[in-house]
Amino acid sequence: MSDLLIVDSVTKSYAFGGLFGRGTFKAVDNVSFTLEAARPEIFTIVGESGSGKTTLARMILNLIAPTSGTIRFRGTDLNAIRGSRARMDFMRHVQPIFQNPFEVFNPLKKVDHYLFMTARRFAGASKTAEVEAHADAALQKVGLSLAEVKGRFPHELSGGQLQRTAIARALIPGPSLLVADEPVSMVDASLRMSIVNLFRTLRDDLRVSIIYITHDLATAYYISDRIIIMQKGVVVESGPARQVLDNPQHPYSILLKESVLSPETIGEGILGLARHTGEGPPEASAEGGAATRTLAQPRSS
Amino acid sequence: MVKANGKAGNGPVPAEPILSVRNLRAYYQMQYFGIDREVRAVDDITLQVNRNEIYGVAGESSCGKTSLIKTIAAANRPPLNVIGGSVKYSFLDRDIFRMSEEELSRVRWKHLSYIMQGSMNVLNPVRRIRKSFIDFAFRHINKPEREFFDIVARHLERLRLSPSVLKAYPHELSGGMRQRVTIALATICRPEFIIADEPTTALDVVVQKDVLAMIREVQQEMGSSILFVTHDMTVHANMADRLGIMYAGRLVEEAPTREIFANPLHPYTAHLIQSLPRIGDLSPKKALPGAPPNLSDPPAGCRFHPRCPLAMDICRRENPALTALRPGHRVACFAASSEVRPVSEIRETVPPKVAEARS
Ligand SMILES: Nc1ncnc2c1ncn2[C@@H]1O[C@H](COP(=O)(O)OP(=O)(O)OP(=O)(O)O)[C@@H](O)[C@H]1O
Ligand code: SF4
Ligand SMILES: [Mg+2]
Repeated sequence: MSDLLIVDSVTKSYAFGGLFGRGTFKAVDNVSFTLEAARPEIFTIVGESGSGKTTLARMILNLIAPTSGTIRFRGTDLNAIRGSRARMDFMRHVQPIFQNPFEVFNPLKKVDHYLFMTARRFAGASKTAEVEAHADAALQKVGLSLAEVKGRFPHELSGGQLQRTAIARALIPGPSLLVADEPVSMVDASLRMSIVNLFRTLRDDLRVSIIYITHDLATAYYISDRIIIMQKGVVVESGPARQVLDNPQHPYSILLKESVLSPETIGEGILGLARHTGEGPPEASAEGGAATRTLAQPRSS
Repeated sequence: MVKANGKAGNGPVPAEPILSVRNLRAYYQMQYFGIDREVRAVDDITLQVNRNEIYGVAGESSCGKTSLIKTIAAANRPPLNVIGGSVKYSFLDRDIFRMSEEELSRVRWKHLSYIMQGSMNVLNPVRRIRKSFIDFAFRHINKPEREFFDIVARHLERLRLSPSVLKAYPHELSGGMRQRVTIALATICRPEFIIADEPTTALDVVVQKDVLAMIREVQQEMGSSILFVTHDMTVHANMADRLGIMYAGRLVEEAPTREIFANPLHPYTAHLIQSLPRIGDLSPKKALPGAPPNLSDPPAGCRFHPRCPLAMDICRRENPALTALRPGHRVACFAASSEVRPVSEIRETVPPKVAEARS
């Protein structure tokens, strides 16, 4: 069976230095997982802020190189991707979606500009009609249309529409992998559901795999196939999403789940009882090691 | 300017209004190529916040939450202009819009604190935290510098922050710490009223819970009132005593938090509650059809009608008034009655597709 993506013992260290000495800090520490080409899935990465999720995403997008370990996309080591043609080819297949659509789109440019530009670069379209057809087809996949978006500036679209337009843009090249870094953290529950439902459709109908980075455990539960939980660069727990979240094993995963607020706790004063930990989240015990369930493909498709 | 009996006492004193907002309207008024354009972000809002209460304001992105509370704090700047209505605090002797900038600056932080959206930014990046405390609170507390910093240190300790943060620059603190410092700044003068806009939206769940607990704790300890804005209904469920739901610049429902979650009377509220994902729940959740309305040209009648599963003829023509259908429970909907119904009526009938098959 061929692999779509292999992340093999990947580490990213940064050097820090200052008055009190120097050292290295591992933003991502020895992370491994594999996505199979034949089984598109929603692979979720959760963890506290600063736990290395975004660094990992940037390595998968080939924006930064790992300090050690290798990442292979369809058998090709990302390190070996040289030259603009090879790079374009990689970008055709692996597309990013970022947290804040308002930052992605230049406020002074109409949003259709980005769609048209992507269609010209990646879909080989040149005539206006062709370019527009590509843009419209992509927008239709996310429940919008060119008629709704054309000629509008970013601030003239709602956050949800803009995020869906960003996803439509990412779909124009016909990617096989989307890397979505906290795509829903800025939006309310209703829009949030429209975006995660869209991910599910993309997986099922377009057979796109999605790496979904989030700290929203509830949507992770709702749409993911597999999940890894990261803390301080390390994967502390991994496995089928429902299994992990129904019954987390590692102390940090348990803390994470306990911290999720739910409407069921109205009036129970759970915020009154929360303990103050002073600085950031409490340390989960490091010696516990990673609670790893089989990371084998959980889905029987 | 400030009434003598202004400071809040301890212990709950039910239903004593501290803030009364009446028929408040505030529009963004702009000119594009000589054409006037108005965005009606706050349109005829009437509400009351009681002493010792956390009042939550919920609603989707761009519905006008920030515009509303900016106006309530008299922190609105052109093009956001107050068109009509009044905002009265019980500790001020007149409408906040009748006060001069000079008078307002004597009230800010001392009686009325406003924690802005993305507020970690109120901390000046090139000034140590210590300087921010001087900027915000020194003249209000009006004590010699040593005594002032004693008070600050004790306050920080009460909030379980180490006084050593005073020596730090903002970028040296984590997001959660910065937000806690902001809250310490907003509460150092023990204000009667605190306005907070999405104070935890940028934080991860563990830190969020911690910061929310801290806000609740100071509120209870000081007996102040909080107007708390977020789009996150699960945060409201755990923070707010009462909840107001905004849609397209208007208040469409208001009730005690428990009541609104148990018996939402407005179809929009019912949808908001139903669409909440929960761990352990795989039932399909659907987003509302359509998009939030354009506030420079909002739909006639009930602004929710283009997306409402219950819309009737009258909804397209007339604007439903916010009316009390049950004690303490106001709703603006022609289809709502005091009986509980919309939740089941707008329930999705889409067959469970992927989730079940996969788990
Ligand atoms: N400076 C501005 N000029 C013109 N229109 C504006 C301006 N700021 C906000 N608006 C518009 O006013 C309306 C309400 O915006 P507001 O920021 O109050 O929403 P919100 O409910 O706080 O949203 P969010 O949850 O995204 O913070 C929106 O239609 C927005 O586009
Ligand atoms: S008034 Fe009519 S359109 Fe508005 S929420 Fe009620 S039923 Fe729906
Ligand atoms: Mg806002």
